[in-house]
Amino acid sequence: MIALSVNGQPVTVDAEADTPLLWVLRDFLELTGTKFGCGMALSGACTVHLDGKPTRSCVTPLSAVTGRRINTIEGIGRFKTGKVVQEAWMAENVPQCGYCQSGQVMSAVALLSSNKDPSDAQIDSAMSGNICRCATYPRIRAAIKRAAKKLA
Amino acid sequence: MIENVSRREFFKASGALVLAVSLPVRAQDKPGFAPNAFVRIDADNTVTVIVKHLEMGQGTYTGLPTLVAEELDADWAQIRAEGAPADAKRYNNLSWGEAQGTGGSSSLPNSYEQMRKAGAAARAMLVRAAAEKWNVPAEQITVAKGVVSHAKTKKRAKFGELAAAAATQTVPADVKLKEPKDFVLIGKATLPRTDAAAKSTGAAIFTQDIKLPEMLTAVVIHPPRFGAKLARFDAAKAQEMRGVEAVVAFETPVRSGVAVLAYDYWTAKKAREAVVVEWDETNALRLGSAQIMAEYKRLADTPGTVARKQGDVEAALKASAKTFAAAYEFPYLAHAAMEPMNCVVRLAADACEIWHGEQFQTVDQMALAKFLGLQPDQVKLNMVFAGGSFGRRANPHSDFLLEAAAIAKAIKGLAPVKLVWSREDDMRAGYYRPMYYHALEAGVDAAGNLTAWRHVIVGQSILAGTAFESMMVKEGIDATSVEGAANLPYGVENLLVQLHSPQIGVPVQWWRSVGATHTAFSTECFLDDIARGTGQDPFELRRTLLEKHPRHKGTLELAAKQAGWGKPLPKDRARGIAVHESFDTVVAQVVDISRRKDGVHIERVVCAVDCGVAVNPNIVAMQMESGIGFGLSAALMGAITLKDGAVEQSNFHDYPVLRMNQAPRIEVHIVPSAEKPTGVGEPATPVIAPALANALAALGGKPVRSLPLSGQGFSFT
Repeated sequence: MIALSVNGQPVTVDAEADTPLLWVLRDFLELTGTKFGCGMALSGACTVHLDGKPTRSCVTPLSAVTGRRINTIEGIGRFKTGKVVQEAWMAENVPQCGYCQSGQVMSAVALLSSNKDPSDAQIDSAMSGNICRCATYPRIRAAIKRAAKKLA
Repeated sequence: MIENVSRREFFKASGALVLAVSLPVRAQDKPGFAPNAFVRIDADNTVTVIVKHLEMGQGTYTGLPTLVAEELDADWAQIRAEGAPADAKRYNNLSWGEAQGTGGSSSLPNSYEQMRKAGAAARAMLVRAAAEKWNVPAEQITVAKGVVSHAKTKKRAKFGELAAAAATQTVPADVKLKEPKDFVLIGKATLPRTDAAAKSTGAAIFTQDIKLPEMLTAVVIHPPRFGAKLARFDAAKAQEMRGVEAVVAFETPVRSGVAVLAYDYWTAKKAREAVVVEWDETNALRLGSAQIMAEYKRLADTPGTVARKQGDVEAALKASAKTFAAAYEFPYLAHAAMEPMNCVVRLAADACEIWHGEQFQTVDQMALAKFLGLQPDQVKLNMVFAGGSFGRRANPHSDFLLEAAAIAKAIKGLAPVKLVWSREDDMRAGYYRPMYYHALEAGVDAAGNLTAWRHVIVGQSILAGTAFESMMVKEGIDATSVEGAANLPYGVENLLVQLHSPQIGVPVQWWRSVGATHTAFSTECFLDDIARGTGQDPFELRRTLLEKHPRHKGTLELAAKQAGWGKPLPKDRARGIAVHESFDTVVAQVVDISRRKDGVHIERVVCAVDCGVAVNPNIVAMQMESGIGFGLSAALMGAITLKDGAVEQSNFHDYPVLRMNQAPRIEVHIVPSAEKPTGVGEPATPVIAPALANALAALGGKPVRSLPLSGQGFSFT
C-alpha cells in the first residue's frame, strides 16, 4: 500500500510502484477527469499538479509522488484560481469534444498561479504542451485572458 | 450520461413526431411528462432533451436542445441534454432513411423541423393543461422563459407544476412552428453549451471513463502489417504476472490479435510486452508509400471511369490559346482523435450491451448482432461523449466494437470488458483518409477565358466493400472520391472528371469533410495557377466563374471584403483565397501571411460561411475555427506513411498535430440567410489548405503540389 495526498485527501493505493500516476488516479481512485491521450507526455491530456507544478501524470510513476501534494481537475475548483479558470472556460464556451480540457485547465491554472498577466507569447509557451484536436486554441487564449482579468 | 431506464416508460409516442400516430402518454411512476421521444419535463422543472446524435465536439447537445427550447419557450437554464439509445425507428437520421447515426454534417439540418415540432408539441400540451386548470381559453395563454401565464387572471405556473397535468393531454396531431421573426433563441443568442460545465470540471463521461462492476481492461496486440494474421502466441510469462486475469486470441472480420486483460490498464499494458506473438504474413501488405504513389501516377495516364463529362475536353484543349497542367499528391491521414478508440462491452447469453461514443448506431448494432449471433434489438448501445472522432467512430466495419465484442466472447462473457487502445494502436490500426493523386489540365482562349478542364483522380475507394457500396458507388464511381471535383462550381464549357479506384489493402475511411479534403485543394490551387498564368486576380476570376452559383459568390465576396482583399500589402506579406462547398455549406477563406526571419507566419484567417440559418452563431464560429485548425494541422504536417507495409508513425512525436503556438488568429463571418440550416462540422476543414497554399505561391514561392507543407521545405513560425 502506498499513501498519497490527492485533492487534499489522504488515500492509500495498492498498485505497483511503477504505475503511472495517471492510471492510479483513473483505475484505482476512480478520478477519471484526468485523461489518457498518448502515454508519452506529448499531448498534455493527463496534466495534474504536483506540489503546484503542472506535471504529465502519464509518465510520473507512483513511486515518485508519495508524500507530495497532488491536485487534479476534480479538486482544482476548490482554489480561487482554479474556480476562476473553470468559470472562464464556461463563459468562453471553450470545450468542444472536451477530452483534452481537463489538461488544458490544469496547465492554465498553473500558468496563472505563477504569472498574473501572461502575454500571448507566454500563453503559447505555457500551453503548447497541451494538444486539442478540436483546435479550441483561440478560445483557450481568450479564456485565459478573461481569467487573468478576473484575478487581477 | 448513462441512460435513465425509467425514461423508457414514457416513450410511447412516435419518434418521427409527425404526431398523427402518437398515442397519449401518461406519467406513471414519476410526476413528469414526455410528449414524444425527444422531450421530458420533470416535476423539478428540468427539461431534458433526448439528443439522437453523438456529441463529439460539434455541438449537437447544444444545437438540438436550442431547437426544442425555442418552440417550447423554455428558459435555457432549465435545459439538459441526454444521449438517445439505439433505436432507428425513433432516432433515425432523417437524411439517412431508416438508419441512426451521426455524420456528413447532418445532425442539425436533419433535426431542424423534427426537434422544433417536438418542442412545440410539448408546449401545446402544457398550455392546454394550464387552460383546464385555470379554466381559461388556451388562446389567451402565453409562454416565455419557462413560465406559462394568463395575463387577465394573473395566473402563472412553471413547467414542472404543469407536467403531471400535461401528461394527461392528447399529443397534438399537428403543431404550428414559429415564424423566424419570433425566434428568441435561434440565431440571436450566444447560449452557453450544455456540456461546457461538465467538460471544464472533469465531470463529463467518455467511453474511457466507464467503469462497471468486475470490469476488465483489455490491451491488445495488433498485427504489424495490414493483412497479417495471428499464427500463434506464448503468454506463459504474461499470465504469471500479478493482476493479469487472462490472455486471449481474438479474431474479427477486420483483424486478429491477442488481448491481455487485467483490472487496470497499466498491468495489462506491462503484460502485453511479455507476450510473444508470431504472425502469418502470407497475405500481408508489403507496399511502401512511394510505390503506391508511383502506381497512382502510372494509372493517372490511363483512361479512368468518367465521373462527369460535359462538352469535348480533348478538342477544347487542342483549340486553346494556352494550356495549364498540374498534379497534386496527398498522403494518408490519421484521425488521431484525442480519445484513442475504445469500447466497453458486457455480454450475456442473449444480450450485448455497449458503452461507447456511439456514432453509427444502426451499422454497429447490425454488425455486433451478426458477429455474436444475436438479433439487432438484443444489442443495446449506450451513447456517451466522444473525445473527438472526425469520422473514425463511424467505422463502416465497426472494427473496434467488434474487437471488444470478440475479446469479451473469448473470455465467455465472464466479465465486462473495456477495450483500450494505446495512442500507438490507434495511430497504426488504419482507416485513414486515403492517399490520392490528382492530375489536372486546363485550357484558356486568347482572351484568357477558361474553356477546358480535365481532372483525373486516383485513390482508394472509401465505400468499396462496405454496406454503403450499393447506395453510393454508382457505375464505378465512389461519390466520396469525386465530391467537390465532379460538381466543380466554376463555369467551364468542356469538363471531364475521371476516377481510378485501385485496391491497395490499406484500410481507409472518411475523415472530416471526406472527398473535399483533397478535391478542394487541387481545384482551388489549380484555379490560382490559371489566374496567375492569365494575369487575373484570383478573387475576380472566381467571381466571374461563379455567376451561376450565388451562394459561392456571396460567401467569397464576404470573406474578401472582411479580409480587405485588394488593399495593398506591405513587403513580405501576401494573401491567398479559396472557396468550397461541402455538405451543402459554402465556406470561403482568406489567409494573410508574412515572411519572417525564421519562416512563414500566418497573420490571420478570415472565414465566411453560408450555412443557412445559423441556429447557434457561436457554435458555427467554433466549428469554423475547429475545422480550420484541423485542416491546418494536416496541411502543415499531417502524413501517415508506409514502409514495407508497416505504418511508420506511432504517436504525436512523429504524427505532429497543431498546437497553441501554431494556431492562427481566426475571424468568422456568417452570411445572413433565411434558408434551412446546413451543416457546419466539416465544411471549414478543406478550405484552409488551398487558401494557405495560394498565399504561399503569392508570396513568391512555387505553387504547392504536394501535402503536407513540412515535406515541401516550408517552415512556419
